[in-house]
Amino acid sequence: MNALLARATPYLQATPLLLILGFFLAVPILLLLVVSFWDYDFAGIYPDFLTLNYAEALGSWVTWRIYANTLKYAVIVWAITALVGFWVAYFLAFHVRTATMQMVLFLICTVPFLTSNIIRMISWIPVLGRNGLINSGLTGAGIIEQPIEWLLYSDFAVVLAMVHLYTLFMVTPIFNAMMRIDKSLVEAARDAGAKDWQVIWNVVLPLAKPGIAIGTIFVVTLVMADFSTVQVMSGGQSASVALMMRNQMSLLQYPAAAANAIVLLVLVLLMVAGMLRIVDIRKEL
Amino acid sequence: MEREKRSPGFYLLAGFFGLFVLFLYGPLSAVFILSFQGPQGGLTFPLNGVSLRWFQNLFETQAVGDFGASFGRSFALGLMVMAGTVLVSLLAGLAFRRRFVGATPLFYLTVASLVVPSIIVSLGIGVLFQQIGWRPNWFSSGFGAHLTWTLPFGVLIMFAVFNRFSPSYEEAARDLGASNWQTFRHVVLPMIAPSLIGVGLFGFSLSYDEFARTLMTSGSANTLPLEIYGMTTNVTTPVLYALGTVTTLFSFLVILLTLSTILWINRRRVRA
Repeated sequence: MNALLARATPYLQATPLLLILGFFLAVPILLLLVVSFWDYDFAGIYPDFLTLNYAEALGSWVTWRIYANTLKYAVIVWAITALVGFWVAYFLAFHVRTATMQMVLFLICTVPFLTSNIIRMISWIPVLGRNGLINSGLTGAGIIEQPIEWLLYSDFAVVLAMVHLYTLFMVTPIFNAMMRIDKSLVEAARDAGAKDWQVIWNVVLPLAKPGIAIGTIFVVTLVMADFSTVQVMSGGQSASVALMMRNQMSLLQYPAAAANAIVLLVLVLLMVAGMLRIVDIRKEL
Repeated sequence: MEREKRSPGFYLLAGFFGLFVLFLYGPLSAVFILSFQGPQGGLTFPLNGVSLRWFQNLFETQAVGDFGASFGRSFALGLMVMAGTVLVSLLAGLAFRRRFVGATPLFYLTVASLVVPSIIVSLGIGVLFQQIGWRPNWFSSGFGAHLTWTLPFGVLIMFAVFNRFSPSYEEAARDLGASNWQTFRHVVLPMIAPSLIGVGLFGFSLSYDEFARTLMTSGSANTLPLEIYGMTTNVTTPVLYALGTVTTLFSFLVILLTLSTILWINRRRVRA
């Protein structure tokens, strides 16, 4: 009896997780797959087997441009966050000497992550706006005569806000990976005559790769799923896949939104699968 | 005390780090300052006098939607998600310490929960509730939607914690005659308590700020982030900033309380 209980224990312990993720993640996604073949009109959605929703999602110029635009944001934001994240993590892991100071500086970087995304997004408006801090500062100093128009409500603003929101997702895993690098490796490289940049390029960077891969998964999936930053920061002038879905949802065109959801999901999962070939998450924890 | 001299690279990187921190906090402080804008002031600098006008405005119901009620809902939901996340992640973390059939698929389901775009989760749960004829509500469908976001963080953190947890403590307890429950209650639980508090902080904060997953799952009543999201399109007075200041200060307070609790526990343990 006791042996049976012992063998059943892990199953009992894993059940709540399985039930919650099953009902609120797996079932809804399977349902979306089904609903993406359904028919709809202004009044409701009807069981059917149409490929029309996919034809509309993949067959029009407009949606292709929106997908391309979303990928463009993903690539640019990824490149910037990877660069910034690497140097910030490198500074924390290799240049800050005491563990307490490391912890304090790391917390300073982490705290904004635990506050509202929307508020952090809105906070750029008084900085970037037509009469914002940057424009009034530059005109006041006589550097420019007219306020710069493209600071807010532009692709620039979207990318800036995304970098602001998502860089921490890059810093944390890279910092984590760097903290596991044996410092004697760095010393050995130095003793063998390596210069600073050679140490970074040949020792630190290869060993930080798993962290960069995990950060990449976070940043790419967050940017691909973003609709609010694109909506607020572009002032409605740009679109992303998620924003298109959001608009279809508010028009109650659920099957159309479901078809886009499936396409987006396949795209995201392919990217993640590619990243998981580089890194084994279970080993990195 | 002799120390190695700092290289020029250090100062370069320290400067870069400083800029990064400025980039993180600068815009937030602009919002903070502007929320004290005078009664005639607008959404941008300069300050047109200093007043608490916009904070008062926040508590007049007709002026900006129902701030108090939506805050109450977000707070309650945050606490529910926090409790659920801590409990379920702890159990799952314990389960993953042993082998069981289906462990790997369950792990990948958890990772999937992290990478599936939140708007897809929102849409899926919304359509699911519609099809089975249940009315979506923040404490049912909204609660589940938030858990799909907080549980992967919780489970992965517990995974990391138990990866570093030596089983010899439990073996020692068992050798001394402790039962399974006693071993867990008096040996394992106190050792992982700070991590559990951390998981709780994640659960609360992520839920308190989440809105993409709440979009289609909160039913007719708004949570606070949804309320703010709605305000971004139709409110043109600094009351928006006042709300931002209040919720951000609240988040800071929660973080501060949590961190000091963890510090307090650690210090007490060192003394014991």
